[in-house]
Amino acid sequence: MSIQDLEYIFEEKVSKEIKIEPKDWMPETYRKTLIRQISQHAHSEIVGMLPEGEWITRAPTLRRKAALLAKVQDEAGHGLYLYAAAETMGISRDEMIEQLLSGKAKYSSIFNYPTLTWADIGAIGWLVDGAAIMNQVPLCRTSYGPYARAMIRVCKEESFHQRQGFEILLTLCNGSEEQKAMAQDALNRWWWPSLMMFGPNDDNSPHTTQSIKWKIKRFTNDELRQKFVDICTDQAKILGLTIPDADLKWNNEKKHYDFGEINWDEFWKVVNGNGPCNKQRLSARVAAHKNGEWVREAAMAYAKRRSLNRL
Amino acid sequence: MIEATNKVNASEVSLLGEGLEGALWEVFIRSKQGLDHKHVGSLHATDAQMAIENARDVYTRRMEGVSIWVIKSENIHASNPDEAGSMYEPANDKVYRHPTFYKLPDELKHM
Repeated sequence: MSIQDLEYIFEEKVSKEIKIEPKDWMPETYRKTLIRQISQHAHSEIVGMLPEGEWITRAPTLRRKAALLAKVQDEAGHGLYLYAAAETMGISRDEMIEQLLSGKAKYSSIFNYPTLTWADIGAIGWLVDGAAIMNQVPLCRTSYGPYARAMIRVCKEESFHQRQGFEILLTLCNGSEEQKAMAQDALNRWWWPSLMMFGPNDDNSPHTTQSIKWKIKRFTNDELRQKFVDICTDQAKILGLTIPDADLKWNNEKKHYDFGEINWDEFWKVVNGNGPCNKQRLSARVAAHKNGEWVREAAMAYAKRRSLNRL
Repeated sequence: MIEATNKVNASEVSLLGEGLEGALWEVFIRSKQGLDHKHVGSLHATDAQMAIENARDVYTRRMEGVSIWVIKSENIHASNPDEAGSMYEPANDKVYRHPTFYKLPDELKHM
């Protein structure tokens, strides 16, 4: 079959909402785009454990501690689902880990910000997981089967993450003046980086058109960001907190909130490795990998010896 | 204790068809008694026991299963999707295998 025929069959399937599966023919750029997107997504889950992990031992109650521990464990699981989905496209786990640890691969910049207070754990659940869910729900319908199936599992598990975060903030907001101020401070620091999670504006996002055509993405970065702003603005009212944006205003014509300009210089600075915690996060991952080396070797030696004994 | 000579190096391991990441395993879970085991995903492990333990941690954190099967991915043989047309063609024109093919009067009950 000619490459044009194969491309035609592929595009027919995509347009009829038939999922593409690992053994199906697919254009090389579709494969590359998805390997990049899914592995970045997986790395984000793994690195995303670090800022929250710092608060497991400092959670204020046993209830909070158990929930945070479960959430961080979920994130490890989500990373694994996603690595497995990427592997179906022909990249190995070792290669992806190597790309992460060498700094070649990107992960979500949001995890390069520090978690300074307990309220940050609330803000991460509400805003960071909220933004992630906004991105991930449409990905449950993405055209690549293994990615879509992984996202369905992730979304099912993730809804508790956002609720536990909001509950933390709500508790603080109903507490003392100092506690409410702590919640406001967390919102002030996490709001703008959360909006950046949706990526560059549409006119600066060169891959969006092709990704939408291939039904990898269903909405553009700006569409999702707008939806997030609309939802969070109303949710902030329940908390009695103020979103740190002087330009945030209901636009009756558009039926959406207008909001201020994102600091794109900061966005690119953090993406390019110069955020507050980029080095710390990467060195934590490198150390974890190195410290686990003897475990991997021992497991391998044990498996080998057992398989030899059986022969 | 593992002796120095027993230390596995990468080239030896690759003879077993595995990198240091461990082999790839496919995981099947029975969600409750009476239902089939269903494929849920894959993971890496160095042996079957580790694969089952990892599968428990990765795929059953919320009571999703009562039984786990794991099998090395390399042991799964799959049909080729490019041949799906000819592979399933024989079933296409045999509508008489379905009960709706048979025209019977409406007053006929319990059939």
